[in-house]
Amino acid sequence: MTYTRVDFQTDQEVRWCPGCGDYTILASVQNFMANAGVDREKVVFVSGIGCAARFPYYMNVYGMHSIHGRAPAIATGVAITNPDLSVWVVGGDGDLLSIGGNHLIHAMRRNLDLTILLFNNQIYGLTKGQYSPTSEPGKSTKSSPGGSIDYPFNPVSLALGSEATFVARTLDMDRKHTTDILTAAHTHKGAALIEIYQNCNVFNDKAFIQLTGKTERYANRIDLVHGEPIIFGADKEKAVVWSEGGAKIVDRASVNPNDIIVHDAHAEDVSAAFALSRISHGPYGPTPLGVFRDVYRPVYDQVLDEEVASSQAARGKGDLLELITGLGTWTVD
Amino acid sequence: MENDHNPNDHPPEGSQMTVPNGGVTVDRTDRMVIRFAGDSGDGMQLTGNRFTDAAAIFGNDLATLPTFPAEIRAPAGTLPGVSSFQIQIADWDILTPGDRPDVLVAMNPAALKVHLKDLIDNGILIINQEAFDERNLYKAGFDSNPLKDGTLAGYDLHSVPMQTLTKEAVKGTGVSGRAVLRSKNFLALGLILWMFGRDTKVTEAWVAQKFRRVEAVKNANLAALKAGYNYGITTESFARQIEVRPAELPPGTYTNVNGNAALSWGLIAGARLADLPLFYASYPITPASEILHELVRHRNFGVKTFQAEDEIAAAGAALGAAFTGSLAVTGTSGPGLSLKGETISLALMTELPMVIVDVQRGGPSTGLPTKPEQSDLFLAVWGRHGESPLPVLSASAPSDAFEVAIEACRIALKYMTPVILLSDGYIATSSEPWRLPDIEALPQLEVPFATAPNAGDKFLPYLRDLDTMARPWALPGVPGLEHRVGGLEKEEVTGNVSYDPANHQLMTDIRAWKIANIANDIPDIEVDDPDGADLLVLSWGSTFSAVKAGVGNARSLGASVAYARIRYLSPFPPNMPTVLGNYKKIMVPEMNMGQLSRIIKAEFVTPVISVNKVEGKPFTSDEICDEIMKAAGQ
Repeated sequence: MTYTRVDFQTDQEVRWCPGCGDYTILASVQNFMANAGVDREKVVFVSGIGCAARFPYYMNVYGMHSIHGRAPAIATGVAITNPDLSVWVVGGDGDLLSIGGNHLIHAMRRNLDLTILLFNNQIYGLTKGQYSPTSEPGKSTKSSPGGSIDYPFNPVSLALGSEATFVARTLDMDRKHTTDILTAAHTHKGAALIEIYQNCNVFNDKAFIQLTGKTERYANRIDLVHGEPIIFGADKEKAVVWSEGGAKIVDRASVNPNDIIVHDAHAEDVSAAFALSRISHGPYGPTPLGVFRDVYRPVYDQVLDEEVASSQAARGKGDLLELITGLGTWTVD
Repeated sequence: MENDHNPNDHPPEGSQMTVPNGGVTVDRTDRMVIRFAGDSGDGMQLTGNRFTDAAAIFGNDLATLPTFPAEIRAPAGTLPGVSSFQIQIADWDILTPGDRPDVLVAMNPAALKVHLKDLIDNGILIINQEAFDERNLYKAGFDSNPLKDGTLAGYDLHSVPMQTLTKEAVKGTGVSGRAVLRSKNFLALGLILWMFGRDTKVTEAWVAQKFRRVEAVKNANLAALKAGYNYGITTESFARQIEVRPAELPPGTYTNVNGNAALSWGLIAGARLADLPLFYASYPITPASEILHELVRHRNFGVKTFQAEDEIAAAGAALGAAFTGSLAVTGTSGPGLSLKGETISLALMTELPMVIVDVQRGGPSTGLPTKPEQSDLFLAVWGRHGESPLPVLSASAPSDAFEVAIEACRIALKYMTPVILLSDGYIATSSEPWRLPDIEALPQLEVPFATAPNAGDKFLPYLRDLDTMARPWALPGVPGLEHRVGGLEKEEVTGNVSYDPANHQLMTDIRAWKIANIANDIPDIEVDDPDGADLLVLSWGSTFSAVKAGVGNARSLGASVAYARIRYLSPFPPNMPTVLGNYKKIMVPEMNMGQLSRIIKAEFVTPVISVNKVEGKPFTSDEICDEIMKAAGQ
């Protein structure tokens, strides 16, 4: 069946604040779904609580708007019990990294076939402006008037450390980039985490200006492309090389071209991807975007399905009488 | 012997007679309580379970009560490290594992110290003699050796050199060093099997199968078992055997089962009867973990199990599974039920079917993790935010758990609601003969999945069946039924998010009515009241066995008393008000501080005699009998 974006829209009024980055992401996802030819009835969106978590109400597919933080756990049950479905998790930085941090990391290490969209706006929006687990240190908010003393997560580093098999970062404003990443994640079998920098124009406006601003973005966007040397800057004058055990930004002219890191998203060893994720700890300067890691590992829900199938092949589909007599019986006449 | 009588068809006294048999006297009795006690490393649970199997296959009726220390391995030889297993065997339909043991096997001084006070006067005491050395006596807090100081004068004491006998027996089997003495529990078992006139064949077959991959251990255990048995034959110290004949149970095929296994099988059966795959998610927790262990063995039934990262995730995964059309179950014990509360509320709001099993243990907090209690009733009935009614059922015995599990599945699926099924640590770990049901006669559970739009070309997820008020269950994968559910209040019929005040009132009323209406779909309470008593004893959950036996004792003492069991705790069966109205006095014994009592007082505005106990062990029939006599005498 051929779809257009309209087929993925619902009759519900979209109620994010005017100017919210969520609108752009919604449009990107709906367009992607239509263009990718995904069967609408086979798509399930599960979300937690927060602004981003309203997402399922606006997607004309199956969906559940669930509990704060628990979307990865609920989506786990969906994926395990029906591996034919395309299961998506949507949540914000508070939802997935704070109250739901535990479920997020376990879903990734198990490698369930989930695509997780982490809308990172570095603030609590729905509760009107408290610092989040990705807010920058010192951030002044309603709950941290003197500046936050929390140290933030780097979501890409966290995902890589959690054994995720697909980890990427994109930006709400760049719809083409977002679509490319969605396509790669959808193709990937297993857990895929996409961190999407999402602007909250009410409580944390311009948090990503270094990556979206007309002039700033040329200096700061480091686009990771598998198989390509990592160079960036308005005139591609910057490069990334190995130095002192990590990935460092240097002037391209100052290094031997052979020393520039060629990005390998399919490397078994996660170390290089992790080093690249450490180039920035937030969108405050040069920051990598793109697919950090995309490798194959057996997918939990498929492995479990195969276990059931092989058990049934070996032992038949189970007989209740055999089940309840399995410990031995005796008869009273 | 303690009183524990079937109230309907058995004489009050334990009958006993002595029959000469060559040089050995055979005492015939109608029932016996045997307790095996030792260090947690002594293999007492294994010994008890093997004796249980031998007794079951012999045809005795039986009931067991395993008791574990909370620690995996408390320091050897200490009082907290004592593990025990009690079994009552009988030639008639008994209900409880007995109150005080007639026979106590004590494998070390600590076991003696903990359990001697329970042994009946003149009871048979079998001691692992060589464990009573200075060091172990000190660890158990004995100032002098009870084997020598006259402490045990009032008992039929058999001090057996088990360690020497075991060492001799296992020579040549290939085990050596510390492994040698590990077989001593089989020596003790062999001796007890002889004492009760059971041969060792059933146990030998089990040992041969269990230890088939470790030849030396297999042979050592078999040798110790036989040595113990032969010691009984040849030692003059043991001049009497005890005969407990096969029980006259209702005709049928029986198996010996514990509550966790029976409950697991009931879930598998519920899924099969509904023609749904079973999904069970849980996080390991005592005493519910065995349900996970049992279910994972039966993948061929289409069972998918999921060991989650925490209790919340287990509930969440079950809810996700319910969304895709599995029979979704999550199991836990008290602390886990607290954590699952928010997810259960979402299941209630999204009106998805789900069964939550709570194998209750002593609380609050970590409490007494290996001991039974019934103190989660309030939590089950009311322990969620918002107005969130749901059905609560309880299993009353290991042999009841199968049927109750199926019933929980039936209600969840028919009414599209989460259902809480309460078991407890006593039911979970104790075992009894279970007369197998006729599988063919079990009810099919109809699940009317939505297959097409229900309003023109639209699908309205909250357009209800007006009989049950259940909403349609539409599964991802079906074209045309795409819909969204969630925790925000839903508009009736459309399921769209609604903040309308009148709609919230309506939906709250519908959710309450839907659950209350289930009362019309469950059986009445059956009261056993042969002579129009004034006093009714109500049991729920595992207090049933002690209540039934205690009532029997009280009747044999002349009391007029009725009893009934409540399986459905929310909503109550339809005749509940009538039943309560028929009696002047209502007594509710519970392993909590009066939770069902308070619910009954509040809902039916009737006085209740609350009998409460939270000692980490079940009521005895004598305790119930005493309370009945007190109440009857008032």
